[in-house]
Amino acid sequence: MNALAARRRHPAAIALLLLLGLVVTGVAYSFLSPRQADAAPAAASQIQDGKKLFLANCATCHGLQAQGTKAGPTLAGVGAASVDFQVGTGRMPLAKPDVQAPQKKAQFSDEEIAALAAYVASLAPGPAVPDADASSGKGGDVAKGAELFRVNCAMCHNFAGSGGALTRGKYAPSLRNVEGKHIYEAMVTGPQSMPVFNDTNIDPKSKNDIVAYLHAVDTQENVGGMNLGNLGPVSEGLFVWVFGLGIMVAFAVWLGKKAA
Amino acid sequence: MSDNGTPHGEVVGQDSDAYGATAVRLDQGHIEGTGGLPERFENPGLPAHVARMADHDEKAAKRAEKQVATLFGLSSLFTIVFVVAFFAIDRESTAFIPGIGRTSLYNVVIGVCMAIALLGVGVGAVHWAKTLMPDEESVEYRHTQRASDEDRRRVVSELTQGGTKAQLGRRPLIKYSLLGALALPPITLIVPLAAGLGPVPKDALSKTMWKKGDRLVRDPERTPIRADQVTIGSVFHVLPESIKDSQHVLEDKAKAAVLLMRLNPEDIKPQKERDWGHEGIVAYSKICTHVGCPVGLYEQQTHHLLCPCHQSTFDVTQDCKVIFGPAKRPLPQLKITVDSEGYLVADSPFREAVGPSFWERGHA
Repeated sequence: MNALAARRRHPAAIALLLLLGLVVTGVAYSFLSPRQADAAPAAASQIQDGKKLFLANCATCHGLQAQGTKAGPTLAGVGAASVDFQVGTGRMPLAKPDVQAPQKKAQFSDEEIAALAAYVASLAPGPAVPDADASSGKGGDVAKGAELFRVNCAMCHNFAGSGGALTRGKYAPSLRNVEGKHIYEAMVTGPQSMPVFNDTNIDPKSKNDIVAYLHAVDTQENVGGMNLGNLGPVSEGLFVWVFGLGIMVAFAVWLGKKAA
Repeated sequence: MSDNGTPHGEVVGQDSDAYGATAVRLDQGHIEGTGGLPERFENPGLPAHVARMADHDEKAAKRAEKQVATLFGLSSLFTIVFVVAFFAIDRESTAFIPGIGRTSLYNVVIGVCMAIALLGVGVGAVHWAKTLMPDEESVEYRHTQRASDEDRRRVVSELTQGGTKAQLGRRPLIKYSLLGALALPPITLIVPLAAGLGPVPKDALSKTMWKKGDRLVRDPERTPIRADQVTIGSVFHVLPESIKDSQHVLEDKAKAAVLLMRLNPEDIKPQKERDWGHEGIVAYSKICTHVGCPVGLYEQQTHHLLCPCHQSTFDVTQDCKVIFGPAKRPLPQLKITVDSEGYLVADSPFREAVGPSFWERGHA
């Protein structure tokens, strides 16, 4: 009788046997079970793709028909522009409930975003994704855009688009290095706390001017040197108090000390 | 613990002086004094003079000399570089300076050269004084304040004689006209100061440019607004159309700026706000009732208007009632309606004074 047989009456033998049985069954099942049948053939329509992505990623909060739940508003009527903006800047899908959806890395590819946008657009009419040329800032009047920006946007986003605070933890984000299309879409759809600046409020050409201004701030050479985030007197004052005053204090201390 | 072996708390000696006390050393343990003051504090004198390296070491002195000369030399050198840079560097050129980024080359070079040129002189002079110039402590004694008796007599006699020689006592006409000449000229300073502080505002504080029938126009385009162009959740920055006829545009704009918003009429609570608006479109003065900053931060979802200066928050669904912050009065609403062509117009001027409180405002 070999060693294994000698131990066949060991109390652990039953447990081990059960475990072995489980493993064998599981492995066999995974090899022998039929493949899940694709109910629909490979979706040709973009809207179908969008719907599948929506159901998998968005329906928990926005409802199975995008009708809205307590966790998320209805998407009927928000239009392709909203989806392109929110999903394209990574704000959606929301990672956790918060006062504001923060921007993060986009979770979907451009095709997937387009599919989601097509699906949401199919629910009800809404603002469309703007024309690439009309929203890139190309050919825009930077000075006019700056004037419009100062009247309509600077109170929340700061005169150079460096961002600002709102009430109770909400904030207007920085507009540094944002794609022109996303700036346009944000104006048209008014995400979260931002008001809606539809095309009858600020017409498309003016929106392009605003994009041109913001891109000019991104790329302009600052002949004055460090702009310290374009935060105005706050960062500049801090700089002078810390470094300027620090140097003066150091000089004063050195002046009063005896030489070695 | 002291060398006397007195752990804290034990009295070692008793000072028997009635009023004074003598100074004690700090290592004598606990000595009970009488709380009095010594008759005379001994002047501890100046601390011992510490010689510098350059005083006793010739090599150190030479080194200091070289350092001073280097600083002065650097200053001269950079002055020359400054002049060269002034003429040679193109005003438009930029350069990448690590730590600063891309910036104007001319500014940086000129600034650095001037800084070293000036600092070189100053720092060199101070270093020279510290290392090589004499640094013995010296005491300059104060002269007695009281002048000599002879000087005092002389001053008094000159003053009295001066008065007599001026013939002031003999000539009352001069004396009386002098009084007028001394008392009246200060009026030339006081009158402009008191009465020249600016024109009396009259009703400029209480009235704005808004009149009945004045169309609402966008700022800065100055185009009129149709009611159907305003969608729910949008914000328009608005001026009265008549601002184009204003003689003092900035002053008028600072009072007449208005914020136009559209809400769902069901969200608006007071009936007055609904009546003074048009189908959910409401217009409120943009001038904060706290200190007068423009209240432009409209949070679309919460319907809150935030003033960026001191964070006064107004709730648009409750007639801009103040819900946070130092403002004490809600923003005044502008009654609007739609004219025959569909453009939004003011139905009446503001019913109360806009902006911060002032004395004559009362409770209007």
